[in-house]
Amino acid sequence: MKAIIIDDEPLARSIVKEYLQHHPDIELLQECNDGFEGVKAINQHQPDLIFLDIQMPKINGFEMLELIDNPPAVIFTTAFEAYAIKAFETFAVDYLLKPFSQERFDKALQKLLLQQKNSGEKTKEIVEAAAQSPMQSNRVVVKDGGKIKIIPVPQIQYLEAADDYVKIITNDGAFLKKKTMQFFEDSLQPFHFARVHRSYIINTQLITRIDAHEKDSHLVLLSTGMRIPVSKAGFAKLKEILGL
Amino acid sequence: MNTVSSLKQLQVINAIWWSIISIIHAFALSAFGLTVAEIFTDSLICNILLAAACQLIFSNMRFYLPRQEKYYYVLVISLAVSGVWLFVSNIILKNIFKSDEHYLAVLGSSLSIRYGVSFLMVSCMSMISLLWYTQQEQQETTSRKADAERLAKEAELFKLRQQLQPHFLFNSLNSISALTGTQPEKARHMIQQLSDFLRGTLRRDEQQWSSLKEELEYLQLYLDIEKVRFGYRLQTNIDCTDKALQMKLPSLLLQPVVENAIKFGLYDTVGEVLITLNATDKNEQLEITVTNPFDEETAQPLQGTGFGLASIKRRLFLLFARHDLLQTSAKDNKFITTIVIPQLYEGDHN
Repeated sequence: MKAIIIDDEPLARSIVKEYLQHHPDIELLQECNDGFEGVKAINQHQPDLIFLDIQMPKINGFEMLELIDNPPAVIFTTAFEAYAIKAFETFAVDYLLKPFSQERFDKALQKLLLQQKNSGEKTKEIVEAAAQSPMQSNRVVVKDGGKIKIIPVPQIQYLEAADDYVKIITNDGAFLKKKTMQFFEDSLQPFHFARVHRSYIINTQLITRIDAHEKDSHLVLLSTGMRIPVSKAGFAKLKEILGL
Repeated sequence: MNTVSSLKQLQVINAIWWSIISIIHAFALSAFGLTVAEIFTDSLICNILLAAACQLIFSNMRFYLPRQEKYYYVLVISLAVSGVWLFVSNIILKNIFKSDEHYLAVLGSSLSIRYGVSFLMVSCMSMISLLWYTQQEQQETTSRKADAERLAKEAELFKLRQQLQPHFLFNSLNSISALTGTQPEKARHMIQQLSDFLRGTLRRDEQQWSSLKEELEYLQLYLDIEKVRFGYRLQTNIDCTDKALQMKLPSLLLQPVVENAIKFGLYDTVGEVLITLNATDKNEQLEITVTNPFDEETAQPLQGTGFGLASIKRRLFLLFARHDLLQTSAKDNKFITTIVIPQLYEGDHN
């Protein structure tokens, strides 16, 4: 079995490495300093298992998982005992709270062997669960070709539905993210975004004008010059947000 | 203490007051052709009784201070006590000078004047008592309120000082756990540092202020631990003027600021992170500047004034009643936190 460690603290990586010496069947391919290295290493080596820290530079462990198409089995290693961890408890193979013992570590690997057949499925479920829970921060992480792009929420102009994806239109261009419109509608609500149409969510702070269009529908003009259709229900929502 | 000394003062003034009244009383009687013995006895008995009555009212108010309609209370009690006093003094004086026709005639014709004078005296005394006790009570309320406020403030400050990140503790323990296998000597050293750091957190509760020099020693423990955790990634640079080192600041204030900078720096950038700390004396105030790198593009706008700095701001407000002592700014991918500490600390000599 092939494994990768992703943690920003060298000593935290070294203890996993040390514990792994008791498991000759697991081959350690690489150690990664952060999520960017992690994505690259996973795509390159296609490991069966990753040991993943959550709080890391730039992008956290969950955000990193979202960027991987065929995620391997995941064992979280973290000191971060927040409620979020509980939500993933049922999906991750296991999570180890730092500091953990060799016994606890062995148990996690045992659990992995028992679940190995469907561990890939499990991780997909983690990612899906992550997709359903609102964002933890005011930014969105997307893949832009081979690179990873972090978009601060205020830089988003609007979002457009695109089959299984959502197109995020920002000041720096458009990006695709595999999430639902419902997800963005819920998680962007605190940041002055509104779903004005089945296929559109807009940044209400960029609105410059709202014109009547056809019967029961309007067009909103953004400061960028973009015109976006507004449905009847969307117009009611806008009126409420803008206090009209 | 204040109450006792003011009570003593009140008693002295009281004694002088009654002596003067007795002399005036005697002078007034001397116009009616009485003997010296008669004048002396009359004045003495009348005024001792009156003084006793006033004392009674004064003592009484210690246990019962009228709150509503207190001026009616003064009026009624003055009328009643004066009446009783007139009755009693009249009987005593009549009995002493039973056979003295002239004295009895003077006594009989002066009854209404005596009542008038005693009413004035008693009402005056009860007003003074009323004011005195009301003032005492107010003083007590004020000091109790001040005490309560001080306690609440101390409790809040204590809480703010105590906010140690459990995250930091668990990660440090994890590093120690890792070192135990490979470098036991280093692990032991780190346990020592962590213990010293934790002890510092606990010990500093009582002494609210310490010099920058002491605070930097404590900060160094923290930085050493973080450097073990993050290895080469974390670099620090501390630069202070000699005068600034001797200046004072609230204890455990600096470490959370640096902790915030480290967290911000480490989690917002990849690669090496340089944290700088500069301390200078500016206009007799201690000015500390902490900088950390950050990425202007992706930094979360609210992070800079996140919980770490918000609690520091609150502490500075509780201590100095000022909101402008902590400032943050961002320039050239550097996040700068500036704290100004006015040098007017409490407990100068302890």
